[in-house]
Amino acid sequence: MGFDMKLARKDLLGIQELSVEEINLILDTADSFIDISTREIKKVPTLRGVTVVNLFYEPSTRTRTSFEIAAKRLSADTINIATSTSSVVKGETFVDTARNLEAMNPDIIVLRHSAAGSPHMLSKVVRQSVINAGDGAHEHPTQALLDMMTMREKKKRLSGLKVAIVGDIAHSRVARSNIYGLTKMGAKVSIGGPITMMPRFVERLGVEVHYKLEDAIRDADIIMMLRIQLERQETNLFPSLREYARYYCLNRKNIAAARDDVLIMHPGPINRGVEISPEIADGPDSVILEQVTNGVAVRMALLYLLSGGKS
Amino acid sequence: MTMLLKGGRVIDPSQKIDDILDVLIEGRTIAAVGRNLGDDGKGKKKDPAVTVLDLKGKLVVPGLIDIHTHLREPGYEYKETVESGCEAAVAGGFTSIACMPNTNPVNDNRSVTEFILRQAQKANLANVYPVAAISKASEGKMLTEFGDLKEAGAAAFSDDGRPVMHAGLMKRALEYACSLELPIVSHCEELQLSKGGLMNEGLSSTELGMPGIPTISEDIMVVRDILIAEYVGTSVHICHVSSAGAVRIIRQARERGVKVTAETAPHYLLLNDGALKGFETAYKVNPPLRSAEDVAAVRAGLRDGTIEVIASDHAPHSAIEKEVEFEYAASGMVGLETSLGLCWKLVEEGLLTPAELIARMTVNAARVLRIPKGTLKKGADADVTVIDPKKSWTVDVKKFRSRSRNSPFDGWKLPVKAVLTIVGGEIKYNEL
Repeated sequence: MGFDMKLARKDLLGIQELSVEEINLILDTADSFIDISTREIKKVPTLRGVTVVNLFYEPSTRTRTSFEIAAKRLSADTINIATSTSSVVKGETFVDTARNLEAMNPDIIVLRHSAAGSPHMLSKVVRQSVINAGDGAHEHPTQALLDMMTMREKKKRLSGLKVAIVGDIAHSRVARSNIYGLTKMGAKVSIGGPITMMPRFVERLGVEVHYKLEDAIRDADIIMMLRIQLERQETNLFPSLREYARYYCLNRKNIAAARDDVLIMHPGPINRGVEISPEIADGPDSVILEQVTNGVAVRMALLYLLSGGKS
Repeated sequence: MTMLLKGGRVIDPSQKIDDILDVLIEGRTIAAVGRNLGDDGKGKKKDPAVTVLDLKGKLVVPGLIDIHTHLREPGYEYKETVESGCEAAVAGGFTSIACMPNTNPVNDNRSVTEFILRQAQKANLANVYPVAAISKASEGKMLTEFGDLKEAGAAAFSDDGRPVMHAGLMKRALEYACSLELPIVSHCEELQLSKGGLMNEGLSSTELGMPGIPTISEDIMVVRDILIAEYVGTSVHICHVSSAGAVRIIRQARERGVKVTAETAPHYLLLNDGALKGFETAYKVNPPLRSAEDVAAVRAGLRDGTIEVIASDHAPHSAIEKEVEFEYAASGMVGLETSLGLCWKLVEEGLLTPAELIARMTVNAARVLRIPKGTLKKGADADVTVIDPKKSWTVDVKKFRSRSRNSPFDGWKLPVKAVLTIVGGEIKYNEL
């Protein structure tokens, strides 16, 4: 399993372009890495001499830390660049930045950017592998992979699962990557939220669309709640947080519509009391912290597979 | 100088001519179109002072007119100058071009209009028709001095790129322009609806996670401007039609007699929003590339005459504006050098006859701008374009005369090429 196989691609830009076999390969490899993080000496020499650049144009503690820990556990050297587009020198383009980075010969560039498609642009300019750590509202492939890893671990399968994703679908890269991945893997996806948060023709992505929370989560094996960005209120996506919470906050009462053994997931950081009530977020069905743990394993797997997969 | 264009297939929709004929140019004007001109009937030249060009197998058409370009001068000379834009124009077969006012400073007063015309005169290539701003600094607040601008040489008024949001101002502009007999050229975009949008709102934007620009942002303003023009009893020209809704609205208005004209651009006929999958900034344009259904509707509108003009919306941008993240990239593509070849694909596909295409790039465009061009009638300015219908070529942006390279058509094979461009009786481009 896994170790003699390679990911036959230079970059990981999104889930949309991955095949079922590739997703399985990544998840299987991640499973095999999980125990490294529980050993006394949490380090293997696999990626010694490999340089990983974490290029973050958007603040992110959790994803950047997860990538950094993943790289370090494989003995890669990591460089973190936290920047913002406002700090880019006037006259220097993103392509210039990419060429400069390329000239320093790293092996893998992990990019987080608020603008959709930035990793795609980077990947066309540099010969190094690019991992998309979230691009705008487009994709967040490592998040979807860790989500699928967690679901598979807990439910022993992906095919046939009913997964409900609730929240601001239009602005969520997590939702998109999960929709692409889960539908590919044979799960049934239903999405829920106010109609203002549903992107046009989203039903054509092969998902059920519901505007009532209970309808979206009915008989769900998994409920994934998305973080509500408070600033969205300004664009009238919803009238107020109070109103949003009233209709879309997952709580002890409305969760009854889902299966009894439902698992609760959230990509974090959570807004307790807005999209998820504290008793659910911190309750026995919540696997939110397991998601974080699995995130390290998934990222280790990707760094490994994109480096050529030679053990 | 006297020039005889001999034996080409002359297509002049203004006179409904499509025949193998000769065109005689004397000085700056067309002297005659007919058979065996300048010939003694035995294949010998009558007058050795006449320059004879053998155009057998070529198409001879009125000089092409592009009523929608951006020449970027003054202010953005690193993207394009009047001169480089005119070089691109004649290389693309265009003898007359209208340039939009979104320069820096905006063409909102006599001095800028005169400056552009002076630069055009110096370049001495294509005829340039400056389009002046509707409002001062195109801020949508106060009208510019239409009368003074007209005297200075402005051919039309538009706040292209910064659409007039204020319906009251648009009404005043249409009224005032009507009294001066100058066209208003309207970029239709409701900015509240398009705000933050990067591409057409539809399945593609949903897949790519990019904020969308809904077709209704265009349609609503097309409706508004048509209703105002109808109310005032004047005409209005709608720029770069990209949506099925806009086509339908314009068609209905024309059916009830409203004097509305419309243009579209080659990219709205040949590309759809599926092209954005790779996030290439060359495809970023405003209005955005729409869905395949919209493209079909725009084509149908072009076919049935609802849209009577094709303009390139030539919008040069440098690497600084384009080699950046899609979100931050400027909108627009260059088009002067590819427009004819791209549009000829529609002829190849059977959507338009050669004469129908030429009409949309000559006489119809002249009618919108109300200029005495786009014809080979005796006495008209000798603006002539010669097209080689067998010269297919591959677009190479590095070879553009334009200062900018932002074309999504790099590498496309185009079926025809303008090989001779004559402006005012003088050869301005020649690759015969």
